[in-house]
Amino acid sequence: MGKYILKRVAMAVLTIYLVSTITFFLMNLVPGGPFLAEKAVSPQAQAAMEEKYGLDKPLSVQYKNYMLGLVKGDLGLSVKQRGRTVAQIIATKFPVSARLGGLSILTAVCVGIPLGSIAAFNRGKWADNVVIFIATCGIAVPSFVICTLLLMLFGLKLGWLPTVGLNSVLHYIMPVTALAFYPTAYIARLMRSSMLDVLGQDYMRTARAKGLGQFKCIFKHALRNAVLPVVTYLGPLLAYTLTGSFVVEKIFTIPGLGSEFVGSITGRDYPLIMGTTIFLAVLIVSMNVIVDIAYKLIDPRIKLK
Amino acid sequence: MGNLLDIKDERLSFFTPAGEVKALGGVSFSMKEGDVLGIVGESGSGKSVTSYSVMGLTAHPGRLIGGSIEFNGHRIDQMSEKEMRRIRGNEVSIIFQDPMTSLNPVYTIGNQICEVIRLHTKKSKAEARARATELLTLVGINEPEKRLKQYPHELSGGMRQRVMIAIALACEPKLLIADEPTTALDVTIQAQILELMIELREKLGMSIIMITHDLGIVSSMCEKIAVMYAGKIVEYGTVDEIFYETSHEYTKGLLRSIPKLTSETHEKLVPIEGTPVDMLNPPKGCPFAPRCGACMKICLREMPPYTDLSDTHYSACWLIQKREFEKAAGGEKQ
Amino acid sequence: MSEQNKKFPTFQLNVDDFLPADEAEKESLVTMRASVGFWKDGFQRLLKNRVAIVSFVVILIVMIFSFIVPSFYPYSYEHQIRGAENLAPMQYSDGELEQIAAGESVFPHILGTDHLGRDFAVRVMMGSRISLLVGLIASGLILLIGSIYGSVAGFFGGWVDIIMMRIVDIIYTVPDILIIILLAVTLKYPLQNLAEQPGFGWIAAVGVNLTSIFIVFALLYWVGMARIVRSQILQLKEQEYVTAARALGASSGRIIRKHLLTNCIGTLIVTTTLQIPSAIFTESFLSFLGIGVAVPMPSLGSLANDALNGLQSYPYRLLAPALLISIIILSFNLLGDGLRDAFDPKMKE
Repeated sequence: MGKYILKRVAMAVLTIYLVSTITFFLMNLVPGGPFLAEKAVSPQAQAAMEEKYGLDKPLSVQYKNYMLGLVKGDLGLSVKQRGRTVAQIIATKFPVSARLGGLSILTAVCVGIPLGSIAAFNRGKWADNVVIFIATCGIAVPSFVICTLLLMLFGLKLGWLPTVGLNSVLHYIMPVTALAFYPTAYIARLMRSSMLDVLGQDYMRTARAKGLGQFKCIFKHALRNAVLPVVTYLGPLLAYTLTGSFVVEKIFTIPGLGSEFVGSITGRDYPLIMGTTIFLAVLIVSMNVIVDIAYKLIDPRIKLK
Repeated sequence: MGNLLDIKDERLSFFTPAGEVKALGGVSFSMKEGDVLGIVGESGSGKSVTSYSVMGLTAHPGRLIGGSIEFNGHRIDQMSEKEMRRIRGNEVSIIFQDPMTSLNPVYTIGNQICEVIRLHTKKSKAEARARATELLTLVGINEPEKRLKQYPHELSGGMRQRVMIAIALACEPKLLIADEPTTALDVTIQAQILELMIELREKLGMSIIMITHDLGIVSSMCEKIAVMYAGKIVEYGTVDEIFYETSHEYTKGLLRSIPKLTSETHEKLVPIEGTPVDMLNPPKGCPFAPRCGACMKICLREMPPYTDLSDTHYSACWLIQKREFEKAAGGEKQ
Repeated sequence: MSEQNKKFPTFQLNVDDFLPADEAEKESLVTMRASVGFWKDGFQRLLKNRVAIVSFVVILIVMIFSFIVPSFYPYSYEHQIRGAENLAPMQYSDGELEQIAAGESVFPHILGTDHLGRDFAVRVMMGSRISLLVGLIASGLILLIGSIYGSVAGFFGGWVDIIMMRIVDIIYTVPDILIIILLAVTLKYPLQNLAEQPGFGWIAAVGVNLTSIFIVFALLYWVGMARIVRSQILQLKEQEYVTAARALGASSGRIIRKHLLTNCIGTLIVTTTLQIPSAIFTESFLSFLGIGVAVPMPSLGSLANDALNGLQSYPYRLLAPALLISIIILSFNLLGDGLRDAFDPKMKE
């Protein structure tokens, strides 16, 4: 187990290192470099800027400085937002996105698991067909489509829900629904097939042969086994939610990290793009490691490896 | 004394999308308390289906479509699911073929044994635990206290089958169904498990239905044997009758296909040619006819009737009828 | 028991009945189900799957509208009709009304026009052309790279396999969308420079952003395909006919091509089909964020993005591309599921 954790963490560190490196060199493809791009300034000002950011030094030195800064949590200065560091911006904006994302993940898990299970128990009956239908559609509809349709219907046409910001509980309904839509459908599908698989297992027959009731069979013997694949999906789910928040926050004008990121792309605030990318990558990669380790802990079969 | 188990003309079909699969086409047999019956046949012959139906465990598209099953004076086929649950694991219990997959991987052995004890008795947690320890000792597992805390994957196959037996015996059932309990195990372990079962049967005196495709196992354990083929019992009798007065061609085939260590001459093992019948379109006549070496014209047309050979021995084969017919014809000539 | 067994057959028996039956008679009794070839069997199953067939037809119709219809459609996607800005569906501009009054026939703007006076219907068609192209080309690239990489790793095995799959593992853990955005943001500068070089004019034709999307797919998305192909090859490698081919002196490359790839072609078709909607998904996501295809080229994602500003007044401008992209993705998903059920039952989730 210890060896496994070590291996996974080492892989994660390597991935994060690679992502940071790729980010750094890609950003240097931008003419003038990420810190100065497309700014008409006087040669003196440019020289001052170059000195300030260390851009007069060779690329290898810049790379070294940047990576050392990363280790210390220094992601540089925002170009567009005067005087604020990228780290400060992330620190103020991320909690908003985290709340939204957390709620969405919770919704997806709490709705998707029962839906998938119900479908599996009623295999081939109408309840199953309804869930399959919803799940199939849910997977096919991009988040921006869900967002805009919700916005049009409940925000503009019916006027039931507020469309901008995150000031009250009502404000959360549409963004959370939009963000949780795809993962709910995905989890329902996953849960359905995994539950069907579990229901066909020999130990379920043993449980029935013991004289256990339907309820006990399902809640004690089936659910815990069937939920395991869903646990492995939590890593990708986080990645989806974070990237999904770009679209959702943009559409509902939510002041989170997602809309900040989209803004930095259109505003060409390269240090902010770099910083956010690396921050999110670290988040996703570490979540994957945590999920993998948690999976091994939940499933006793793999414990000894 | 009444019968413990009485199955009369049981018919059971699986309704699959491809059509009705007649898994059982009129199976009848009965058992007295303490009887040990072996059901022999190849895969798909209906031996497992028969025994599962005794526990009301018929898998999903399967449905009983005729006949009756009476256990200990109760009509099992007419019981509600709730009544059935009181019997399962309590009065009738079962040991499955594959111990590797029959235990739930995410719960400890102790948890899974105590579960069945607490379900059918009013024992407290501690009492159930004590009983579980006792059961593990009974089935020959040493360090029972330690094993109770382990997960199935930490035990070997033979050990897991012992645990399955412990679960089955937890409530001292009247009838134990063993569905090929040794097929998935190594040969040496097989012998140990069989020995254990014989020992337990002597100690506890319950009836056993032993399902297997291995005639060697039944000969060492059982008193009576039912040979099944394509959803029907083709021959039924005591061990001696089946082995030494074999009357059905299929049984003969089975006997020819087991190696005999005792034989001095180098007897050749003869496999049964061909493949089992397609149960979706069962043939009109005797289901074994296409693979039978002594197949006659009538075999292809008509199902042979059962003929009694002794009080305990009967068989369904046209060859017996042929003998009777010839005897009758010979008698006429004389 | 014994009483009921005493009964004799209800019909009269003849001596003939007890004559041995010959082989032919025995054969006739066994109704063997005809064995069908892999492809024929698969197609039969596919044709029975109504959902998959309907999806296929929908995809065909969408393809006709996006690849054929725009070439003879009376309006072009970039042509701005002056005075015809922001028309509602089926509405004519003043100028066009005059033309009609003068007896000329004017093709209606079925979905109206956008804020620059471009016919919206043809823009939606062009948008779905871009989305489909991205899906098809990207999947083709993924298929090519993934299957070559996977089959090389699987076939050679040993340390080659270990190193190659470790690389796959690392790429797999890289958060793809982030890297895609990063590439889309930064690649356009070097690509713009490259496009000016002789021989690279096609980059300008395809569009710098579109090219960077393809590069991203080619760089990151093939790993799933590589894993699937590798595991298939590993399975097939164990089978006798490969050993037989080797013993007969066939070269490695020939074995891969002839035996192994033909045998996992079912899996390849299914995986590729299911890759198309995910590529379309990603492209529309990027376009919606404004880093996909470049103006004036429309894509379904960028059309939806444009519509966001006038959502209150022109909701249909959002509905048309939004519905279309959902239908395209849904159809490909369902077709892929159908293909999987038909040709690759093992792969069922």
